[in-house]
Amino acid sequence: MNRGRRQALQQGGGVTLLALVAAAGWLPATARAQSWNKAAFDTKTMAETMQAFGGGEPVQSKDIVFSQTPDIAENGAVVPVGITSSIPKTESIAILVEKNPNMLAAVFDIPPGTDPAISTRVKMGQSSNIVALVKADGKYYMASKEVKVTLGGCGG
Amino acid sequence: MADPMKIRANVVGDSTEVKVLMSHEMETGQRKDAQGKTIPAWFIQNVTATWNNKTVLSAQWGPAVSKNPFLSFKFKGGAKGDKVIITWVDNRGDKRTDEATIA
Repeated sequence: MNRGRRQALQQGGGVTLLALVAAAGWLPATARAQSWNKAAFDTKTMAETMQAFGGGEPVQSKDIVFSQTPDIAENGAVVPVGITSSIPKTESIAILVEKNPNMLAAVFDIPPGTDPAISTRVKMGQSSNIVALVKADGKYYMASKEVKVTLGGCGG
Repeated sequence: MADPMKIRANVVGDSTEVKVLMSHEMETGQRKDAQGKTIPAWFIQNVTATWNNKTVLSAQWGPAVSKNPFLSFKFKGGAKGDKVIITWVDNRGDKRTDEATIA
């Protein structure tokens, strides 16, 4: 028997098994994502989202400003969104799209020393309000902006 | 393994501005293929940025973030030559870490 070949086979088998385990998601939680708030990302209304975050009714605030966000987005698959909060002690900024199948698009945790201003790009299924939800000093604040979409980003 | 991220970090005044472009499909789980079968969701769930062993931004994303996500943010501090490290993890447990030198 060819020893080299046998060893190679054994090692090969091991790798396949590990890959299978990884693919099936059996790796311990630490090897996978850090916390991901599934409850919040599954919500369909603002009230549900607030409940998932454990916060009350957010307060409308003029200290949250949208930047780089268009009034009319030609392509709903790539809508630039920039949010700047000038509320002291801003802890996190969330982006919600009102008419998407699930409202919550992203949550950014802002540690001290990081500017409470982020920008990214999101998908929008149709014209809708984009809501910026800011948590500052334990309280929630919000601002919204309507964005018209000429071509939806969630169609098949 | 996914393609590397493009990361640019520049000193702006007393802060560092970081811009990241990731390479990811960001499949929503809402679309159907030609046979009418739902394409399973596949998207980045967690993004973490660190500088000097300190987390400067962490994010949780849903599938509504655009394909090949773009992200930009700013943090206080950072000097030319420092490293900014960005890691993402997707809902399949795949992850990717890249770093950039602040310029």
